[in-house]
Amino acid sequence: MALLQRPFFVLLLVLTHQFMQYWIAFGSVNEEGQKQEEEFNEELLLKPLPDRKVLAHFHFQSSAPPSTSNGRHHHIFPKAISQLVQKFRVKEMELSFTQGRWNYESWGGFDPIPSSNAKPPGVELWAVFDVPQHQIDASWQNLTHTLSGLFCASINFLESTTTYSAPEWSFPPASGNLRYGTLPREAVCTENLTPWLKLLPCRDKAGIAVLLDRPSIYRGFYHSQRLHLTSTGSGSEGMVSGIILEQTLTVVLQPNSQRAGMAYASERHIQPSWSLTSIFGKQVSGTCVLAKSSNVYLLLDRGLVAELEHLHKENEKSAENGFTSQNFWTKPSFELSADPDRIFIEENSLHSKGSSVLYKFQVEKYSESEPFDLSLTWKIPVVWLSQQAPLHASRFLMGSGNERGAIAISLKSTQLSEGFMGANADDERCDLQVNVFQVVPWYVKVYFHSLQVFVNQQPKAISDIIEKIHVSPSKDKVSPGVMEMVLKLPCKVNSAALTIEFDKGFLHIDEYPPDANQGFDIPSAIISFPNFHASMIFLKDDSVNKSPLLSKFQEKSPVMSYTEALLVPLTTPDFSMPYNVITITCTVFALYFGSLLNVLRRRVAEEERFLKEKAAKKTGRLSLLLSKLSAKLRGRQWEPPSSPPASSSFINAKLVFKVILVAGLAVGWQYFFS
Amino acid sequence: MEKLKKKTPSFSFWIWVIASIIFRLILIYFPKNLNLSSRPEVSTPLTSFRRLAEGYWLKQSSMSPYAGSMYHGSPLLLSLLGPLTVKRIEGQPDHLLYSLVSVIADVFSAMLIRATGQNLRLAYLFSLESLDLVKQIEVSEILSSGDIAALIYLWNPFTIVACVGLSTSPVENMAVILCLYGACSRLIPLAAFGWVIATHLSLYPAILIIPVIFLLGCGPDAPPRKLFLQRHQQEEVLNQSKLPLGFSWRPIIHFAFWALLWSVYVLVLCGISLKQFGGIWEMFKSTYGFILTVEDLSPNIGVLWYFFAEVFDFFRNFFLIVFHVNIIFMILPLAIRLCHRPCFLAFVYIAIFSMLKSYPSVGDSALYLGLLGWFVNELADMQFSFFLFCGYFGVSLLSPVMHNLWIWRGTGNANFYFATAMVYACLQIILVVEGVSAMLNHDRKLRNLTTGKPRDAKS
Repeated sequence: MALLQRPFFVLLLVLTHQFMQYWIAFGSVNEEGQKQEEEFNEELLLKPLPDRKVLAHFHFQSSAPPSTSNGRHHHIFPKAISQLVQKFRVKEMELSFTQGRWNYESWGGFDPIPSSNAKPPGVELWAVFDVPQHQIDASWQNLTHTLSGLFCASINFLESTTTYSAPEWSFPPASGNLRYGTLPREAVCTENLTPWLKLLPCRDKAGIAVLLDRPSIYRGFYHSQRLHLTSTGSGSEGMVSGIILEQTLTVVLQPNSQRAGMAYASERHIQPSWSLTSIFGKQVSGTCVLAKSSNVYLLLDRGLVAELEHLHKENEKSAENGFTSQNFWTKPSFELSADPDRIFIEENSLHSKGSSVLYKFQVEKYSESEPFDLSLTWKIPVVWLSQQAPLHASRFLMGSGNERGAIAISLKSTQLSEGFMGANADDERCDLQVNVFQVVPWYVKVYFHSLQVFVNQQPKAISDIIEKIHVSPSKDKVSPGVMEMVLKLPCKVNSAALTIEFDKGFLHIDEYPPDANQGFDIPSAIISFPNFHASMIFLKDDSVNKSPLLSKFQEKSPVMSYTEALLVPLTTPDFSMPYNVITITCTVFALYFGSLLNVLRRRVAEEERFLKEKAAKKTGRLSLLLSKLSAKLRGRQWEPPSSPPASSSFINAKLVFKVILVAGLAVGWQYFFS
Repeated sequence: MEKLKKKTPSFSFWIWVIASIIFRLILIYFPKNLNLSSRPEVSTPLTSFRRLAEGYWLKQSSMSPYAGSMYHGSPLLLSLLGPLTVKRIEGQPDHLLYSLVSVIADVFSAMLIRATGQNLRLAYLFSLESLDLVKQIEVSEILSSGDIAALIYLWNPFTIVACVGLSTSPVENMAVILCLYGACSRLIPLAAFGWVIATHLSLYPAILIIPVIFLLGCGPDAPPRKLFLQRHQQEEVLNQSKLPLGFSWRPIIHFAFWALLWSVYVLVLCGISLKQFGGIWEMFKSTYGFILTVEDLSPNIGVLWYFFAEVFDFFRNFFLIVFHVNIIFMILPLAIRLCHRPCFLAFVYIAIFSMLKSYPSVGDSALYLGLLGWFVNELADMQFSFFLFCGYFGVSLLSPVMHNLWIWRGTGNANFYFATAMVYACLQIILVVEGVSAMLNHDRKLRNLTTGKPRDAKS
C-alpha cells in the first residue's frame, strides 16, 4: 500500500503543483486583463457663469482596450462605435451637434471647457483616418453616411466634396489624413440626443445622465453635444485597436431666480442660487451600476476665486474678532447643500490671477432614498469676469448688394489677458501667434489677392504680419476654398483685422435650397493660439489621474475659438421661369437663324426668273423617278408631270421621300446609340 | 457719325484721335476707375481684371493659375499683363500702367483699322474703275472708310468702357484686327500671328480663318467676279489688269505654314510657363473647356447665362451643342454668298460670335461696331439704321438700370435684366441680317449698273 501510495502522492503532488502553477499563471493573466478592462466613467461639472447662468458639462467616457480577438464582444462599450472605428480605420474623430453660440466674452474663452467644448452652431465633424492617402475621401464619405444613420442627422450632406476640406496645419490635430466638414444650418434636437444617449451603458435611466431632461436642456442658451473618439494604436498586427469614446454635453442654463420678486439694490448683484432640481428638474438617485466612477464637480473659476479671496480679506479686516485664519473656501461666501468629498486647488504656475477651485462630490454615497441634489446659495453679491482668450475674434460681412462683398475677421485684444501677456513680453520681440482656419463654400468666390491686414487700424504689408499662408482656392461645384494662415502680431496689439473680398456666385436653379432667399451660410472660422494652452493642472493626486474629466483638463491643448457663422444672401433667379426662358431664348435663336438664312437665299426679280428657267430645263431626274416609283407602288398608271408641277402625286412622292428619310435617320440614330 | 459724313481731312482725324486718348486718360484718373472694372457688361469671367490679378497672385504663390475657378485666360496674358496688376506708382491711380496698355492697344487697333479701311477703299475704287462705274457713282461721295471706322472704334462708348474698365478685350480685339490687317495687306506671317493669338485668347476667332483664306486667295473686297467677266464679255475687251486676281493657293499654303509655326510657338510658350503646374492640358480644360461648357452663370449681356441657370440639367448638353452649332451652321452659307467680300464676311462672323458667344462683353460689340465703319459706302442703303442706333442706345441705358434694380436694390428680378439682354441680342440679329441684306443689295445695284439696267435693286 505504501508502495502504492507513494507514487500516487507524488503524482498528486506533481499534479497539484502544476495546477497551482497554472492557477498562478491564470491569476496573473486575469490580473492583466483586469487592468485593461472596458471602463465607463460618468462625470458632471457645474460652474457658475458671470452672467447669472450656470454651465453644466456632462462627461461620459467609455473605453475599450486593445484586444486580440477579431469578432469581439463588448460588455459596456457601444458596438456600433467600435464597428465604425474598425471598418473605416478611424484614428480620431469628433462629431458635435450645437445649438446657440458660445458667448466668449462673458462665458470665458481660456479654460479647457470653452476651448474644447465650445463648437460652431450646427454639426461639425472631423476625422483622422489611418488609411492610404487615396482612400481617405472614400472612407470619409462612408463615415458620413454611417454617422448620419447613427445620429439621425443629415451628416450625409458632408459627403459631397463641396462641403469638406482637408486642412493641412492650422487645425489643431494637424495631420495629413484629416478631413473637416461643417453643416452650419443643421437643426439640433432630441432626435440627435436620443441616439447619443443610447451609446451610454445606462442610457438616461440611471446615474448622472438622469439629469438630461429634454425640456430643460433645450431651454438653455447653448447646448453642444459632442462625441470624441480616439483609437489607441494597436501594438502588433491582428490586434484590434483600443478605443476611447468621450461623450460630452455642455449646456448653459439660466437658473430660475426665486428672488426675482424681492429686488432691492444689493440683491440685484447677488448671483442666483440654484440647485440641480431647479435647473434640471431632476435629482441624481444613485450611480449607474456599470460606471467605474461617478462624480459631480463644482468649479469656481480663477476670476471668481480671486474675487472671493478679495472679499474674504476685506471681511477679515472689518471683523476684527479672532477668527482662525481659515482658507476662505472652507468657509465660503456661499453655501453648498452637500459637503464636498474633496477640494482641489489649481496649481498656479502661469497665471497671476487666483487659482480655480474644484469641489468633488461622489455620487456613490447617495441612493434612491437619499438622492443627490447639489444646491448653491450665494450669501454675498459677487461680480467677476471669466478669463478670456488673448484676442477676441469676431467675423462679419462688408458691402451691400448681391454682387460682391468682403469678409472681415477682426481680433480685439481682451483687457483681461494683459496680465499674462506681460509675462511673455519679457522678450525683446514679443509675438503673438494666431492661426486662422477658414473654409468658404465655392459660391463665395474669394479673391485671395485682395487680402488686406490691418493692425491697430493701420494697413500693414501682408508679408510683415502673415508668417505662413496656405490657400486652396475653391473650384466651382467641386471643392470649397480653404485658407490657413499664421499671423504674427505684436503683443501690444489692440486690434487686428483681416479683410478679403469675394464675388457672390450664381447658381443653377436646382442648386438653391428650398428657402433660397434665406441666404447661404459660411462656416465659422477657427482662431487658435498655439502659444497659449488651456489647461488646469491640479495638485498631483491619484484621484485626479483616475478621473477622465480632470485628466482631460490637464492636457495641454491650444486655446481655440470659433467665430460666428455668416449668412450670405445670394441673388436668386426666377424659379418659375424655366419654360419661358427656354422658349424665348430658342425663339430668338430661331429668329437669327431663319432670317439670316432667308436673306442669304433670297432672289430678286430677274434672278428668280433665271432660276426658274434653269429648273424648267433640268426636269429633276430624281423627282421623275420617284413619281414613277410611287405610281407603281400605288398601282396606277404613271403619267408624266403636267406643266404646273404641283400635281398631287408629285407632292405625295416628295412627302413619302421625306418620311422615309426621317425614318431612316431615326433608325440610324437608334442603332448608333443602342 | 453724322458729323463725319463729310470727308474728314487727315488733320482733324488726328485731333479726334488725340482727343479720344485724352478722354480715356481723364476717365482713368477718376477714383477706382468709376467702378467699371466690376460691371457685368465689361468684365466677364474671361476678361475680368480681378480674375487676372487673382491668377497672377496664385501663380506668384507657386500655385497653378487655374487652381480654383477664377482665372480662365491665357498663361501668356498672365505673364505679360500680370505684373502690371500689382505694380503701383505712388500718387497715381492704382492700375495706371495696365490702363495705359489698354489705351495703347486701343489706339494701335484704331490705326490698324484705319490702314485696312484705306486699303479697302482703294480696292473699292479700283473695282469701280474696272467696272467703269466711276461716272455713275461719284468718287467724291466715297467716304474714307478707314478714318471713319477708326474714329468709330475710338469713340464708341463700348470701347471706352472696356478700355477704362480694365478688361482684357482691347488686347483680344487688337489680335483680331492684326489678323485682318495682315491678311488685307498680304503680310502673311502677321496675319497668321494675329489669327493664332486671337484664337488662343478667345477661341471664337478661329472661324476667321475662312475670310482670311479668301482675303489671301483673291484679295480684298470687290463686287462678284462674275460681274467683271460679264462686263468684259460684253465689251469684248480682255484687259487682264482690270480683272481681279483669281484664287491662288500659294499664299494660303504660306499662311497655313505660318499659322502652324506660330501655334507651335504659342503652345511651347504656354507649356513653359505652365511647366511646374498642370501643363497644357489643364490650360485647355480651363480656358476652352470653360468657354464651351458655360460653367459660370454670372449675369452678362448675353442670353446664355440665364438660359443655363434655368434649363433642366438633363438637357444641358443638348442645348450646349445647339447653341454652338448655331454659330458653325451659318459659316458655310455666309462663306458661299459673301466669298467675294472677305472683309465683310469677317465682320459678319465677328458680329455673330460676339452675339452668341458664352460670355459676351461690350468689348466684343465694340469690335464689330468699329469694323462696321469700313463699309459705310456699301451699307449706305441699310435699313433700320436709326432704329438700331436708338435700340443700342436704349439698351445700354436700361441694362445697367435693370442690373441695379435686381442685384443692388433687390426690387427687380432677374427677368428684367434678362429682358434687356434679349433685346440686345435681337438688335444684334437685326444688325447682322440687315447688314448682309444691304451688302447683297449693293452687289445687285452694281450689277444692274454694269448691265445698264438703271433699275432700283431693291424690288
